[in-house]
Amino acid sequence: MPSDPSSAIAVGDLVVDRGRKPVLRGVSTRIAAGSVTGLLGPSGSGKTTFIRAVVGTQKVKSGTVEVLGHPAGSKPLRKRLAYVTQDASIYPDLSVKANVAYFAALYGRGRHEAMVAIERVGMGDHADRLAGNLSGGQKTRTSLACALVIEPEVLVLDEPTVGLDPVIREELWDQFRTLAREGATLLVSSHVMDEADRCDRLLLLREGRFIADDTPADLRAVTGTENLEAAFLHLIRDLEKAD
Amino acid sequence: MSLRITFITAGRILRQLLADHRTVGLVLAVPALIIALISAIMDDAPQVFDRTGLILLAAFPFMLMFMITSITLLRERTGGTLERLMTTPTGKLDLVAGYALAFGAAAAAQTTVAATVAFAFLGLDATGPVWAVFLICIVTALFGMALGLFVSAFATTEFQAIQFMPVFVVPQLFLCGLIWPADQMAGWLQGVSDALPLTYAVKALNEVQVNPEVTSAMWGDLAIVFAAVLVATVLGAATLRRRTN
Repeated sequence: MPSDPSSAIAVGDLVVDRGRKPVLRGVSTRIAAGSVTGLLGPSGSGKTTFIRAVVGTQKVKSGTVEVLGHPAGSKPLRKRLAYVTQDASIYPDLSVKANVAYFAALYGRGRHEAMVAIERVGMGDHADRLAGNLSGGQKTRTSLACALVIEPEVLVLDEPTVGLDPVIREELWDQFRTLAREGATLLVSSHVMDEADRCDRLLLLREGRFIADDTPADLRAVTGTENLEAAFLHLIRDLEKAD
Repeated sequence: MSLRITFITAGRILRQLLADHRTVGLVLAVPALIIALISAIMDDAPQVFDRTGLILLAAFPFMLMFMITSITLLRERTGGTLERLMTTPTGKLDLVAGYALAFGAAAAAQTTVAATVAFAFLGLDATGPVWAVFLICIVTALFGMALGLFVSAFATTEFQAIQFMPVFVVPQLFLCGLIWPADQMAGWLQGVSDALPLTYAVKALNEVQVNPEVTSAMWGDLAIVFAAVLVATVLGAATLRRRTN
């Protein structure tokens, strides 16, 4: 697939098997730079596998994944992409500050930048607490701060808002929008449909295939439905009829 | 490989270790206490204690490094931080070298306390220089670390990691000459003993025990242990996969 400078992420006919089970059955998409793309689908549909393929930690069977014009996971990307895993990948025996400062230091950034990132996720009051003693949502936010601190060009988040209270979820989505406005490309997986409206583009994954790759507005128009949940149900029923 | 990232990684690992005060206390105090116990048991046979105590000085950091490396690395693997690190500029060798630096420092601290207690208060005697004992202990500790790193790839839980102790560590301790001189074992056991790296750490210590100057035989034995460190490290680093299923 030729590199296209306007798309930050380009996936071509990606096939991934885990064990003998096919997880992704030939998916393709292009994700525009400076946008927020939502990756939606029921659990077990292959969202995490797709995300891991984009960040380059997933063994793939065939197909191409390019990020910023480089093969996924290649060395030049390791300074430009940040990945927030589904379970908070932080050190429980270190403080919030020490966790964020560690990831900051790997990218040559200092304590000041670490504190800015901690404030950004609303963890300023908890900076000295041990990460292991935090609540689930606070751990998620700490993990997010570890990614924000490097000001990545591409930010990939696997279900970042699970278990968060609505106020913090709202704040995080505002931040995702701000980051995109500043030029970053975000890929965010979620199984909460009401978050889909905050995205520029939606990828709906079902049983290892994309059944939609469109803007929220177009999806509503095509399916003739008002809310996105109904739109997706509509698409799924159409597919089932076709089978 | 980046020296900067290696130091940052070592700093993070040490910070994790130091945050756990109880572990720090156990790491520093237990070897000295056990050697004191052994010295009391062997009160009537100071020559036997000279031999056993010296080997124990190297055996403790070896066991300790094996345990803490296999468990901390297993936590990195299962906690998702390893996968995250693999998407950062951290190279596999940066990570492994970071572990070696951090736990090497821990081994040095442990050896310092245990050796000070043994030489100053328990009457442990070695003919050769103390720095040679120290050097052998550190290299042996690094072998424990490298072995722990490698083994952590085959454990999926901390419980399993602990079960690898009797498999990888205990036979080496029994066959290295700690409980029975290797040259008095059955022929086939001597063969097994000769194949185990810890045996060469004990041989090196025996050289320091009986010779006032550092001998070339000691350097040769130490080189074998060091080679084992390198082999185990390379094998261990190979188990750190950037891409997994």
